[in-house]
Amino acid sequence: MTVTEYFNLLFTDYTLQTITLGTAILGALCGMLGSFAVLRKQSLLGDAISHAALPGIALAFLITGAKDSNTLLIGALVSGLVGTFWIRGIVKKTHLKTDTALGLILSLFFGFGMLLLTFIQKMPNANQAGLDKYLFGQAATLVASDVWTMCIIAGLSLLILLVFWKEFKLLLFDVDYTKSLGFNVKFLDVLITFFIVISIVVGLQTVGVVLMSAMLLAPAAAARQWTNSLSVMVVLAAIFGACSGVFGTAISASSNNLSTGPVIVLIAAVFVLFSFIFSPKRGLLFREIRYRSNRKDLELNKTLAFMYQIVESHDNINHPHAIKILNNFHGFTRKSLQKLEDRELITVTKTMWSLTEKGFSTAANLYNQLEENE
Amino acid sequence: MSSAQLEIQLIACLVAIACAIPGTFLVLRKMAMISDAISHSILPGLVIGFFLTEDLNSPWLILLAAVAGVITVVLVEYIQKTGLVKEDTAIGFVFPALFSIGVILIAKNANDVHLDVDAVLLGELAFAPFDRLLVNGVDLGAKSLWVIGSIVVVTLILLVTFFKELKVSTFDKQLAATLGFSPLVIHYGLMSIASVTTVGAFDAVGAILVVALMIAPAAMAYLLTNNLKKMLVIAVFAGVASAIIGYWVAHYLDASIAGSMTTVLGVLFLLVYLFAPSKGLISVLFRQKRQQVEVYLLTFMLHLQNHSEESERHINHLSEHINWGKMQSKTVLDLALKNNMIVINNNIISLTEKGQGFTNKAIDYITTNSAVAIEKMKEDFFLFRG
Repeated sequence: MTVTEYFNLLFTDYTLQTITLGTAILGALCGMLGSFAVLRKQSLLGDAISHAALPGIALAFLITGAKDSNTLLIGALVSGLVGTFWIRGIVKKTHLKTDTALGLILSLFFGFGMLLLTFIQKMPNANQAGLDKYLFGQAATLVASDVWTMCIIAGLSLLILLVFWKEFKLLLFDVDYTKSLGFNVKFLDVLITFFIVISIVVGLQTVGVVLMSAMLLAPAAAARQWTNSLSVMVVLAAIFGACSGVFGTAISASSNNLSTGPVIVLIAAVFVLFSFIFSPKRGLLFREIRYRSNRKDLELNKTLAFMYQIVESHDNINHPHAIKILNNFHGFTRKSLQKLEDRELITVTKTMWSLTEKGFSTAANLYNQLEENE
Repeated sequence: MSSAQLEIQLIACLVAIACAIPGTFLVLRKMAMISDAISHSILPGLVIGFFLTEDLNSPWLILLAAVAGVITVVLVEYIQKTGLVKEDTAIGFVFPALFSIGVILIAKNANDVHLDVDAVLLGELAFAPFDRLLVNGVDLGAKSLWVIGSIVVVTLILLVTFFKELKVSTFDKQLAATLGFSPLVIHYGLMSIASVTTVGAFDAVGAILVVALMIAPAAMAYLLTNNLKKMLVIAVFAGVASAIIGYWVAHYLDASIAGSMTTVLGVLFLLVYLFAPSKGLISVLFRQKRQQVEVYLLTFMLHLQNHSEESERHINHLSEHINWGKMQSKTVLDLALKNNMIVINNNIISLTEKGQGFTNKAIDYITTNSAVAIEKMKEDFFLFRG
């Protein structure tokens, strides 16, 4: 099956529709909330929480014996939240730094989860098949009810975002100001963290514990490159996320042996790479171009300044000078002289050059301009 | 205890030692999450190494995987340097992307590669003794024992040789640079050691346990001491203890050894986190509470000194004027009385001479803003702390 066939099948095949819709909604949800995670410098929280959710899944299974994904998700949510608040506790109350706290919770919870999983596997009545899909994710196991859950959660977080938009925005950029305006910072903080945790937990089934952090970050990191406005960033991130979900599903469905999670993450990584290089304002490519043109301008200005020094000692500005005397000054080339002439700063006749009026005044004001710019 | 059991415990202990040493420095350098990134991104290195050598036991595999780990670090640093995103964001999507490449490479060549993603992440220590190192047909012991053993030896030698350099560059980069050690060389040296350790340890204990063994013992040690040497020793001991206890817990539960080692680490960390003297949660909370009460006391005494009129010094006035609850005013009053700072006559409170002196000194300290000195002053004046 090729990718085009996949898109043709999409309109008729119910399973494909479900899976595609699921990954798209998940991508959009993660992109939306991921923007907040990235801006709040909580990027790695996603990684920690997705790992911390594992013991919750195993415990939920041990306690209820149910394999129904909603029950397991509640378990994951609870242990994810416990992990999150323990991370905060560690950072706030001890001198251990955020990275240590994240790494601790991540690995300790995950290890405990593994212990429980292997324990479950050896239980006599183990119908545990399907628990390990949370490790690497299997989009193919998405069913309509899962997609409904995602829809409800995405709708709910959208609603919360819209209702508390102003507050969240303030909280992101100036916590102290938010506090001084009388908003309940703690509540807002818990609220946004809660929804980030939910979105991570929801994504576990599809992309798995290991890759969840990229799902959360990559669309947001890509979107960040294109805009400085929060609302545009959130929308863009949601679109990027949804696109990587859809394309990832398409590519993985159209070839054998490709699990969806890694493909989605790679597509998202491509989005990030593309944004890093080609975004007009922050992108590496345009930055390099700007840098080079600035450097050229500086060289031109240097030449002009040198000419100005020579011309200054003469009464007549327009008095021609031999190009030869520029020789002990290495900043000029034929091309740069040509460029100066194009800008009508000098005139060149054969081997002689002379400053124009405009050139003279530009050169005289060269340093003043610099000061003004600063 | 059979020889296989002994071998497993020995491997586990060696892994714990090999991880604790670089882990301590990673924690101190605020780079703990890098170990997580490395542990995941060695996967593509392993897979590509396997394609090139077609041999799962080749030493090139370990080398390539370690290179993949270092490449991750370089990539993260490059992205961070462009200033497009923060460091944590860079870590957060570089390693999943590399890991995905590894998973896809395995999936696309599933028939040729006998690598299992689960095995990389989770490891299975119980199988380690089955993989023997045979030289000329002589059984020299489990292969991972030799691999990890040599990593431990190399790490220890490097640690002893470059201890001073590591110490200086960890705590004061600028000083290290001016003294002529290149922080860059030490940084990448440390990263390489971390990568090699991760690679050497993963097939015995799995990538996640490597992360746990690097961070958790170091974090525990950091809560217990401020001395680098002591911290290294404590970290190594915590790692080894969790390895041995973890093994027997796993034996008892018949569950994954890596999982139970991590769980033991978790329990140990929880205990240290709660009960560590002076840095643990309980002692921090206790200290905060005490400081709070003592600040209240100070406020109260300043209030007394500022007001000579009796109505302001009435015992019931506390809750009205300073807006304190009943319990709170009682605690503060009791503390002040116990320390002979005040006397109460007919429900009117007045400062004693000692209280007068304390308050005057406190004002001095507050106006000169030397916050440290006030702790010493409290010791001079207080018979009982809040």
